[in-house]
This record gives sequence, C-alpha cells and structure tokens, in this order.
Amino acid sequence: MSMLEIRGLRKSFGGLAVLKGIDLDVEKGDVVAILGPSGSGKTTLLRCLNFLETADTGTYCFDGEMFSLGNMKKQDIAKIRRKTAFVFQNFNLFANRTALGNVTEGLITARKMPKAEAERIGREALDKVGLSDRYDYYPGQLSGGQQQRVAIARALATEPEIIFFDEPTSALDPELIGEVLNVMRQLAREGMTMLVVTHEISFARQVSNQVVFMENGAVLEAGDSGAFFASPKEERTREFLRILQEHGN
Amino acid sequence: MNERWVKIFIDSFWKILLPGLKLTIPLTALSFLFALIIAVAVALVQFADVKGLKQLARFYVWVIRGTPVLVQLFVVFYGLPSLGILLEPFPAAVIVFSLNEGAYASETVRAALESVPKGQIEAGYCVGMSWLQIMWRIVLPQAMRTAFPPLSNSLIGLLKETSLAANITVAEMFMSTQRIVARTYEPLLLYLEVGLIYLIFCTILTKLQSMGEKRLKTYGGKRSNTGGKRLETDGGAR
Repeated sequence: MSMLEIRGLRKSFGGLAVLKGIDLDVEKGDVVAILGPSGSGKTTLLRCLNFLETADTGTYCFDGEMFSLGNMKKQDIAKIRRKTAFVFQNFNLFANRTALGNVTEGLITARKMPKAEAERIGREALDKVGLSDRYDYYPGQLSGGQQQRVAIARALATEPEIIFFDEPTSALDPELIGEVLNVMRQLAREGMTMLVVTHEISFARQVSNQVVFMENGAVLEAGDSGAFFASPKEERTREFLRILQEHGN
Repeated sequence: MNERWVKIFIDSFWKILLPGLKLTIPLTALSFLFALIIAVAVALVQFADVKGLKQLARFYVWVIRGTPVLVQLFVVFYGLPSLGILLEPFPAAVIVFSLNEGAYASETVRAALESVPKGQIEAGYCVGMSWLQIMWRIVLPQAMRTAFPPLSNSLIGLLKETSLAANITVAEMFMSTQRIVARTYEPLLLYLEVGLIYLIFCTILTKLQSMGEKRLKTYGGKRSNTGGKRLETDGGAR
C-alpha cells in the first residue's frame, strides 16, 4: 500500500473548477516531481494535501489511515500535519525569529519539547542545510537561498514522513537556486519522501523517480521519471518539455 | 504688572502641575492601558473573522467613532444615573476614554495585523501551531512593532483629550487652571501656562516614543515582510 494515496480530489474556487479529480500515489522514499504550465493547479493540489486549502471532495489515505477530504476533522488535520512538512515558494519564515528560532518554534510550542532539546535538534537541522554559521541571524539578514534553506531545516526538524515543496526555487535569483537544489538532492539521497512542484526540469530529471504532469486541473500523464523524460506519451507533454528545453532549462 | 504675572505664574505652576501628576497622568495611563487591551481584542476578533463578534466589533467602532467623546462623557456621568448607575468622576472618565481610545486603536492594531504576511500564519499551521500560538508568538509581536508609532501618536492625543474630563468634575490640570483663573482673573497667562505644561508632558512622551522605537527589536535591521526576492539581493551581501 502506498504511503500517500489520493483519489478523486476536487477543488473549485467559486464556480471555477481548479482540480478536476486528481489521483496520486506516493510510495515511501519517492521523489515526485509535479510539472505543468502555470494555472494547471499544481500549487493548489499541494496546498490541499496540507489543508492550507480545503478540498471539496476526494479521499486521502495517509500512512494506512483513510480520510474523506470533504469533511476533515480538526484532529485529523493536526494528525496529518504532524507527519508532514511544507516548504513555501516565498519561504514564509517567521520574521521575528532567528534562523534557530524558526526551526525550534514548532517543536517548542506545538510539540511541547523542552527548549534545550529543541535547540539541539534545531542546530542539527541547520547544520544539515549548511547554515551552522547562521543560527542567530534573522530572516531579513539572510539571502533568499539561505532563507529557503532555513525553511527546509524547519521542515526537517519535525521529522516528517513527507515534505511538500511548492516551487521552492521560483522566488530565487538564478545564482542562489543551486544551493537549495543541492540540499534537496541530499535529502533525496537519504531517502526522504518528497512531493515537489517545480519548474526545474533538470532537477526533476536528475532527482525525481516519479513525475506527474498536470494541465487544466487534471493529471495528463504520470509515471516513472526515466520513461517520462525519455518518451513522453502525450503530445501536450512533449510540447511542454520542448518549450522548456528551448529556454535552456 | 509684570511682577504680578511672574508671581502668579510661579505660584500656580505647582498648583497646575500637581493635579497633572495626580490625575491627568493616571487618567491617561489607565485609559490607554485598557484601550490597548480592548484594541487588541477587538482587532483580533475581526482579523480572525469570528462570526457575530466581528459584527459586534464593527458596531462598537462605528458608534464610538461616530459620536463626540464629550457626549460620551456626559452620557456616562450625567446620563447613566437615570438608570441607577452612579459613577465617581474619575472612573467614569477612565471608562469613557478607554472605550473611546480602544475603538480608534483597534483600527490601528487591525491594520498592523493585516500587514504581517499571511504566509507566516500558514507556516505556523504547517509546523503544528494553533491559531492562538501563531497570533501570540508570531503575528502580534510584529504587528505591535508596526503599530507602535501610530499608537504613540494616539497616546499623545489622549493625554490632551483628558482635559475634557473637567466637564465631568474631574479636577485635573485644566479644571485646576480654570479655578485659578476664577480667582486671579488672568486667563491669558494661566491658559498659556497650562498649555505649556501639556506641551512639556507631550515632549516627554515624544522622547519616550523615539527611545522606544530604537529599543524595539529590529529583527536584524530590517523586516522581511515579503520574504521574497527583494530581500535576498540586499541581504545576500552580508
């Protein structure tokens, strides 16, 4: 059984159907790249999976437990959020907390962990993303790449079973993208399960083992990453990849 | 003539300042403290969109902002006794100024809450924090920093506004001055004098404001409100 199994996820804003019945399977250790043109619903899908948006219908099977997306209870959401983490396009670091404070905040307040232990875990997480010299810096004193790495450390500190990445490098200057992707590569090597909405085709090609291609709120093509890039089945997918390649991706 | 003026000025200085210290300052401080509590509560229920309470909050702000504080003072002090509610002048003034200032300050606080990027709230949820934890530890500290200069402004305004309490027999600075005027017939000198003392008080508050602004944590010198591209370019140089 898959670690994460989504069936028939639908979401509309007002009268506009943004997700038209999404099925998705993620196995433990998978790195799934979600590709597709802007407006195809990638980000909304990811946000529904962590309940930042409320899906209209669908089933959500996580870690052997089944939930109905239409009527999630508060405790169910809390339960799933405990096992997942989210990395945002715009980092969304707490501006009034240092790098270390950002990482420990959830551990101390939500998980009632003693401060000393939280800080030990926090420092470990920051060391892991290469920020051992930036514990006491505020987000405003860090570069975008560093901020995003703090955000990844914040995600790691809660020991999630899966991390959702929402276009983690889209807000970064080109020269800062590499440092974030390197951290993500390392996580993939260590077997972290990741679901990544991205425009970085080369990253998807090299790191992901599964690809989901979305368009107009539906999954157009999904499957093994090697096969996907070698011989995409759908004409639309081929065109998308060709356009991205022309732009030097 | 001049000697008489100087004598009256010096004699009355302490007589005006003392009620200032004993009544004007406590009235201002107490009212502002309660106003802040009201403001944060009223701003939060609107920010959180609590059904029912939000409408109540809007109604409160609408009524208080739409009526003169002098009328409010009269309603509470002279009007409520008809309903059997008798209040001493000072508590009546504290209640009115708290409610009045609370309504204005709630709008300041609400705007400051809105200025904190929503993404930080989402990030808080994602690490498992509750709404209250996110408000108390992440959003409010940032919002209150933003609100500090306009709230200091309100405090200075309130200090002067307390002179209206003379109308409900609170013997604060202005009323004390009126009494001295009645005795000495020197309105120009004495009203200028009380104005000067208000000016001194406000100058001190202005000083405290700039000291406070310096002391307030700057989170490393700048706010990362956007968390986005703008910051990484200038922050990256360090």
